[in-house]
Amino acid sequence: MTLAAKSLLLIATLALAACNNPDRYGAGGPGGAGGPGGAGGIDTTGLGDPNNPTSIAYFNQRVGDRVLFAVDQSTISPEGRAVLTAQAQWLMTNTGYAAIIEGHADEQGTREYNLALGARRAAAVQNFLISQGVPANRLRTISYGKERPIEVCSTEACYSQNRRAVTVLSVGAGV
Amino acid sequence: MRSAIRTLFALALGLTLAGVAPIQAQNAPPRIVIGPGVIEPMPIAIPTFIDEGGAGEYAREISRVVTSDLEGTGFFRNIPQDAYISRITSFDGGIAFEDWKAINAQVLVTGAVSVSGDRITVKFRAYDVFNGQVLEGAALQFAGTTQGWRRMAHKVADVVYSKITGEGGYFDSRVVFVSESGPKNQRLKRLAVMDYDGANVQYLTDSSAIVLAPRFSPQGDRILYTSYESGFPRITLLDVASLRRQSLDEQPGTMTFAPRFSPDGQTVVFSLERGGNTDIYALAVGTGGLTQLTNAPSIETAPSFSPDGRQIVFESDRSGTPQIYVMPASGGEGTRISGGQGRYGTPVWSPRGDLIAFTKQHQGRFHIGVMRTDGSEERLLTASFLDEGPTWAPNGRVLMFTRETSGAGGQATLWSVDITGRNLKQIPTEGPASDPAWSPLLP
Repeated sequence: MTLAAKSLLLIATLALAACNNPDRYGAGGPGGAGGPGGAGGIDTTGLGDPNNPTSIAYFNQRVGDRVLFAVDQSTISPEGRAVLTAQAQWLMTNTGYAAIIEGHADEQGTREYNLALGARRAAAVQNFLISQGVPANRLRTISYGKERPIEVCSTEACYSQNRRAVTVLSVGAGV
Repeated sequence: MRSAIRTLFALALGLTLAGVAPIQAQNAPPRIVIGPGVIEPMPIAIPTFIDEGGAGEYAREISRVVTSDLEGTGFFRNIPQDAYISRITSFDGGIAFEDWKAINAQVLVTGAVSVSGDRITVKFRAYDVFNGQVLEGAALQFAGTTQGWRRMAHKVADVVYSKITGEGGYFDSRVVFVSESGPKNQRLKRLAVMDYDGANVQYLTDSSAIVLAPRFSPQGDRILYTSYESGFPRITLLDVASLRRQSLDEQPGTMTFAPRFSPDGQTVVFSLERGGNTDIYALAVGTGGLTQLTNAPSIETAPSFSPDGRQIVFESDRSGTPQIYVMPASGGEGTRISGGQGRYGTPVWSPRGDLIAFTKQHQGRFHIGVMRTDGSEERLLTASFLDEGPTWAPNGRVLMFTRETSGAGGQATLWSVDITGRNLKQIPTEGPASDPAWSPLLP
């Protein structure tokens, strides 16, 4: 991809990523704590009917919007491959969406290292989706490191849910 | 005698797990030598400073801050005023040293404060009680605006501390940090700055975007940090006076974080992530020129310059776990210096050049530790569920860091510890706080 194309992609994703990621407009935002969303506070209201296979709600709940990782790892597990294969198929069918892949880490680690680790996980998912045929210019990554745990306890039960990469769709984004 | 004591002091610093022993000889000035030995704080008397006109509360408050600074180091024990036998009623009057000897004071600090309009003047003397002489260089006067009264108290305490320990002061300094609120899964973060002791808090940003790991410029006039303001993590430069801020990198498709200034303030080193791989880069602040310093498929992050600007210590997981490496400032592969068991991160070079502070994770615990710049003589200073991100006091004697408690209600707080591992204490903050970074000593 040329630099110009990358710039265009950046502008497009920034412009369109608004409604599905509260951190973009202030952590906390109006999202509340519900929903299985990416950054820990996404409300699925308004994301469509989960029974409608072209809705974001369907993608999040039925396809599965996330994969989990082992400690310190960014290798995608067999379960993760199944989820991402389905994500890729959905994205290729529903071409009017772009996605930001959020990489996260658990709290066992320093802030800086976890940012880098989250980026590795997000990139692993991005690469897998691209290998399945999703156009690269519809995908963007971001790392939250350990800043946005979805589960808040300090045991492996929570850590295993926090070591994740979440595919967050942008409404109406057709690139 | 003085040079002999300094030599002894320098030798003592080289030893591990040093304690503090007040040195008292018949004709020697009172001296705290930080080295191995009995931990016995030096008794000091600080009578309330004299009001020499219009000072009112300022005289009492300045005395209180001077006392708090000195006692807060753990090297001094303040003698309560109700134990005093004689009183100090005038700054230039005679002093009954026998009365201060009788209560075992080794050092007596007297002072006077006057206020005229918004101008305040503070003068003080620190005496060696044993010989009744003013400690060399410890009779000074500071003047400024009443608004800056705490700084004058810190300056008095810095002089007393320096004269007695032979170390540079650190009380007249600021700490930038991240003020936190909200639940663990929706934390709100904003930049704030405070005096080293937690007073005088000012907020520098709002909490509309995640902000992380601020760092002062060598002059203390600018702050680098990582901000999600654009929607993605970007290193950002904030001017402290105007609060104007600018994003330092504009490379689409990348994430930048972990910035830190070079000692001359001309270069910013930071991590840049592209396609999942994180390496260390240097940005020339004046020209915007970008240089890649590491080139490896592993994670390279948390760079910190040596005080002479020639080397950079950083963290890499190229060996399979995060460890600490040192490379030339021009870049390169680097040499691993961390050798113990566990995971090492956030290395920070001491302003004195002699030690590297770090975060260590081992067997489910976090530690703040220090090691020599070749990795030898590692010693761990703290242990808890989560301690991380040490920052050096301007004199290289004290570290401040983040301590976070576990569980759903886990909260971050700021703590400091002496490099001997003594005097571990929490810094009072209004609410939860993380990622402290110490300023240089103020001018």
